[in-house]
Amino acid sequence: MEYDVVIGLEIHAELKTNTKVFCSCKNEFGAGHNKNTCPVCTGMPGALPIINKRAVELCIKAGLCFGCQINEYAVMERKNYFYPDLSKAYQISQLVYPICLNGGITLENGEFKALNRIHLEEDAGKLNHISRAVGTLVDYNRGGTPLIEIVTEPVFHSAEEVDEFLKKIREALIFADIANCKMEQGGMRCDVNLSLKPQGSDKLGTRTEMKNLNSFKSVFRAINYEIERQKEVLENRGVVLQETRKWDDNLGENFTMRSKEEAQDYRYFPDPDILPMIITREDIEKVKAEIPTLPQTRRNTYINDYQISKPDALILTSSKYISDYFENCVKIYNNPKKISNWIVTDVLRIVKDGEDLTFPINEKDLTTIIQMVEDKKLTKSNGLIVMEKVISSNKNPEQIAKEMNLISSITEEQIAKILEQFKLENPKAVQDLKTDPKVISFIIGYVMKNTQGKANGAIVKQLVDKMFN
Amino acid sequence: MDYSKVKICDLVKGIKDKTFSSESVVKFFIDKIEKNKEYNAVIEVFSDAIDKAKEVDSKILNGEKLGLLAGVPVIIKDNILAKGKKASCASAFLKDFVSPYSATIVKKLENEGAIIIARANMDEFAMGGSCEKSVYGATLNSKDKTRVAGGSSGGSAVSVGLGLCPIAIGTDTGGSIRQPSSFNGVVGIKPTYGTVSRYGIVAFASSTDQAGPITRTIEDNEYVLEILAGKDENDQTSIENDLGEKLIKDKYTIGLCKELMDKIKQLPQYACFNKTIESLKQNGFDVKEVSVPHIANSLACYYILSPAEATSNLARFDGVKYTSRSKEATTLEEIYVKSRSEGFGDEVKRRIMLGNFVLSSGYFDAYYKRAKKLQVLLKKEFESAFSYCDVIITPTTPGKAFKLGEKSLDPVSMYLEDLFTVPASIVGIPALSVPYGKDEDSNMPLGLQLMGKNNSEKVLYDVAKYVFKEEIYGI
Repeated sequence: MEYDVVIGLEIHAELKTNTKVFCSCKNEFGAGHNKNTCPVCTGMPGALPIINKRAVELCIKAGLCFGCQINEYAVMERKNYFYPDLSKAYQISQLVYPICLNGGITLENGEFKALNRIHLEEDAGKLNHISRAVGTLVDYNRGGTPLIEIVTEPVFHSAEEVDEFLKKIREALIFADIANCKMEQGGMRCDVNLSLKPQGSDKLGTRTEMKNLNSFKSVFRAINYEIERQKEVLENRGVVLQETRKWDDNLGENFTMRSKEEAQDYRYFPDPDILPMIITREDIEKVKAEIPTLPQTRRNTYINDYQISKPDALILTSSKYISDYFENCVKIYNNPKKISNWIVTDVLRIVKDGEDLTFPINEKDLTTIIQMVEDKKLTKSNGLIVMEKVISSNKNPEQIAKEMNLISSITEEQIAKILEQFKLENPKAVQDLKTDPKVISFIIGYVMKNTQGKANGAIVKQLVDKMFN
Repeated sequence: MDYSKVKICDLVKGIKDKTFSSESVVKFFIDKIEKNKEYNAVIEVFSDAIDKAKEVDSKILNGEKLGLLAGVPVIIKDNILAKGKKASCASAFLKDFVSPYSATIVKKLENEGAIIIARANMDEFAMGGSCEKSVYGATLNSKDKTRVAGGSSGGSAVSVGLGLCPIAIGTDTGGSIRQPSSFNGVVGIKPTYGTVSRYGIVAFASSTDQAGPITRTIEDNEYVLEILAGKDENDQTSIENDLGEKLIKDKYTIGLCKELMDKIKQLPQYACFNKTIESLKQNGFDVKEVSVPHIANSLACYYILSPAEATSNLARFDGVKYTSRSKEATTLEEIYVKSRSEGFGDEVKRRIMLGNFVLSSGYFDAYYKRAKKLQVLLKKEFESAFSYCDVIITPTTPGKAFKLGEKSLDPVSMYLEDLFTVPASIVGIPALSVPYGKDEDSNMPLGLQLMGKNNSEKVLYDVAKYVFKEEIYGI
């Protein structure tokens, strides 16, 4: 039998705030054990949470990025369960009145993938299993770190769709400076709810849940594994159990963690320590003003209006920095295609990949060089020499080109004269021009030799076409 | 010198004027605590109290500026955190817990120069109305050792009732300051919700918990509340409350809640209550009936909402962190189950179970949600009642302090003790209990409760002066 796959996602992302969501401890990855803790985030008796306004704003911001409706009235609730990494034995989260509702994003194939909600909550601490003798120690540094949970509708049908969706979500969160989404640090995690149903059937099958997948690769593999596993169960006339299954990335398989019977009743209720939030138009407008144009929109402009190729557009929008840099260049010198070529092939080549990517040349200098090349004042290769010199010397491009004597001072007439001379000396080569593509480089080399490299190759080519055809 | 009947402002003045030293005052009260150990009002006298008093004295000698409570001893309930000191909530579970930080109100008191001299006994985690449910044993009533102190702030009220301190701080979630104040012939107030910061006070039911002062006189009470009150950046639910204006008019209008009058008329203290009404009228006050139609449902509402919140608030006591861990526990599940089974007393367990029940899926709508709706309704009804009067009066409790053990096997009759006090807790309005009479047979003190609109504490204090009988203190 053929099956339809139905997948829904819950995506957690740690928000980029200075402090935790309910206390003034630093929100920082990798500090010493329990270094960033206080009575509030360690759940001391009598301690009370004070909500971090910035975290609320970032949740609103995420909602605006994905076209959500921002609720005027939002409530923090307590999700009650026992686990040693949860200092208060309840997690402050949202249930009935989340900050954002609905929304969604469109995939490359045009399909819209709907969100159910985005809400704000706190992260738990971390257990360190030391040894049988020492036991398990708890580190509350991560406890109280602000998270958003993005919950989708069950609208995905394959690992590929999910993969594209997650990458788009991550890209937007990073672009809009909402979250770092460093997956290797747990900065973004994904829970997958998956079920199968007979093809065309209206009735959803029983779903399983896989929690805390923390790389795109493991999400992809876990989904495909679970599809095959459920297929096998169904094909053997078995029953898929509603349960939580744990994905083991090393083994490449999953196993039962908690069955439905063992599922917790979280006994949610509004947290009496935190007043309900009233989110005003002004609050929303304030956040809206912070949101940059998102990569998807930028790519569309680059491809449709600037005629930049899709692969190049993807590179240009791979970070907000590169994209902003590119757009600043275009503002200075309206030649997006050439600028794109320079950034993608020449600038990025000399930049080291790293966390805080910055270019060693500013937009003004780069566009000056590009413009000089386009105006045929510089050859492309000399343009690159000037660029390197700008980077190492801090002088401006014109100055460098002049000092290094790289500006093309050879006129077309002079080149034409040299070409006449060439024709006299190499009549056979001129004859072979049409049949042997190597000849043109030979001619250009001849001209360069006779002009100490100051002629512009493009002009030489144009003149050859005109004079020898 | 006997400092136990000196007004707080006179104590401060005496200490500042060097008429007597803070050290002598603190020593006097600590000595008195030692002499009255049999009442079991105090769990621990803090060993640094006398040193701190000496510090105040030397500051005075050096001419330093001192606060409004310079050198005055204060006893705090055992659920209020003072850095470096134990706070156990009278529970076996927290017996060895040492506070890593100070509650906002402790800081406020200390900033004004107060000396925290001891912590007072209470019902475990503030759940109870007799102060019998303590791991340290029952506190005895200050006027009759065979009777209960009342609760949960029994240790605080008895401390003041015996003159062991001029100020005791209690907490009140459904009547826990007012009821024991009534039982011991002292003055206690539950301020408007949010007036006193909850930061550093072990939570029972967050949406009704309020700390407040217990004192011998009304003036003393007002003096201390003014210090405790104020918005706290560490407590989002705290408010700026100037306690309102007194004497906004020549005469106050006193409300009698129509729906409670039948009940009140059946009480043995009705004669006393009625006499008080007459004397208020003679003082020129208008007395009229007002209606709070659903007031009788308050108790049910309270016994749904408060256990629900308590269940969650007490979940952090799990044997993992600061609470004691069962020696029998070998697995994580056992750490939770065994530690909590050993750590909590029966009344606390009862409320945790109740709370879990009303929050559990399938029951949430029928209990918690309906109770929340009723709370909103009650707020509106009280608001409308207060458009006809300034103060609503009731007896604080249905009766005098009962005998030790009398109600300990019957939780429901214990819950009924809260009948008159719970409504103000649920709607958040201020309520003051002052001694206004004695039970004729037993000579035990009786308290009158005065409820007002939000932020009108000064009106309550003002009206209370007309009914307050100071002599009851010294029965």
